[in-house]
Amino acid sequence: MLLLKLFFAFIQVGMFSVGGGYAAIPLIQEQIVNIYGLMTLEEFSDLITVAEMTPGPISINSATFVGMRIAGIPGVLICTFGCIIPSFCICLILAHFYYKYRSVSGVQVVLGAMRPAVVALIASAGASILMLGLFQAEIQEVVIGNIRIVELGIFAAALFLLRKFKMNAITIILGSGVVGTLIYALMGAI
Amino acid sequence: MKKDYNKLWTLFKAMFVLSACTFGGGFVIVSLMKKKYVEELKWLEEEEMLDVTAITQSAPGPLPVNASVIIGYRMAGVVGSLTAIAGTILPPMIIISIISLFYEQFRTNPYIATALQVMRAGVAAVIFDVVINLAGNVLKTKRILYIAMMIVAFVATYLLDVSAMLVILTCLGIGLADLAVTLMKKKGTVA
Repeated sequence: MLLLKLFFAFIQVGMFSVGGGYAAIPLIQEQIVNIYGLMTLEEFSDLITVAEMTPGPISINSATFVGMRIAGIPGVLICTFGCIIPSFCICLILAHFYYKYRSVSGVQVVLGAMRPAVVALIASAGASILMLGLFQAEIQEVVIGNIRIVELGIFAAALFLLRKFKMNAITIILGSGVVGTLIYALMGAI
Repeated sequence: MKKDYNKLWTLFKAMFVLSACTFGGGFVIVSLMKKKYVEELKWLEEEEMLDVTAITQSAPGPLPVNASVIIGYRMAGVVGSLTAIAGTILPPMIIISIISLFYEQFRTNPYIATALQVMRAGVAAVIFDVVINLAGNVLKTKRILYIAMMIVAFVATYLLDVSAMLVILTCLGIGLADLAVTLMKKKGTVA
């Protein structure tokens, strides 16, 4: 019964986490903490911290975290499964129609208008992460004097390696973590 | 048949690695997917990747999972979708399962905290690299409407905190209006 309850809770998490990422956090909290009481608020805020520190979507992370704590591995599977079912069904239908009609010229006109917006959204995500990296602050609270030189150097070097030598993106991401940590360790700042 | 298995395996492996290394939310993985599937494997066209991103952003559920479903479907139908989903969700499942057992130590470890902070600089560089190419292509269309939409959409999401979904839906509306104008013009020239 508990597993069934978990399953239904996470189907709803999967369905309501529209917009993804941080926009989904309050909705997930509503389901897990307020409605189903699967976690305390404190545990939930721990989860958010850990989820920010690990790769993967927040809803999958919370599904795994809750599942593991409440029912072990079967819990993980049930929660994650519930969480992705809505995505799977809806996106499969959307994919089907997209590939059926995307070469129609009218559809191309409409899609064409959405592409610049997607570029802007990706740029916006990049700018937010850059500000967090360089100033540990959102754009509204940036103080130029607080710029972190090590991160600035890594950003410039990484961008140079990507543009000039087409270096692998995964190597860049992991490499920047390793190099940066080494620099801070050598500076005695950790 | 053997070739199909190879393709599925490549799909699974690619999704697994991307998902395991995606720190910082949905648009990071979109940038990585663009590099992997458009530039490296040449499985998708660039415009297709942008369309897929627009669709995944307007559908409920986590963006990386949604994108996996669509890209998997494109490569190998429903089986492809399932393969791609498995690749995407396994890394967070494994990592969080392990960490949930000792997350207090993990959360307070200063080396991990530092690595995550500096990694943002690398992640930002990857996104900027992708955005430079994408924005360049929007400029190349030389359509004032598209260029203006890109700038307005950036200001709206980044500086004014307008939600991504609202931006996409607004552009969908503009696209429909654009279509109506195009159709009317065509009618005009025919008549």
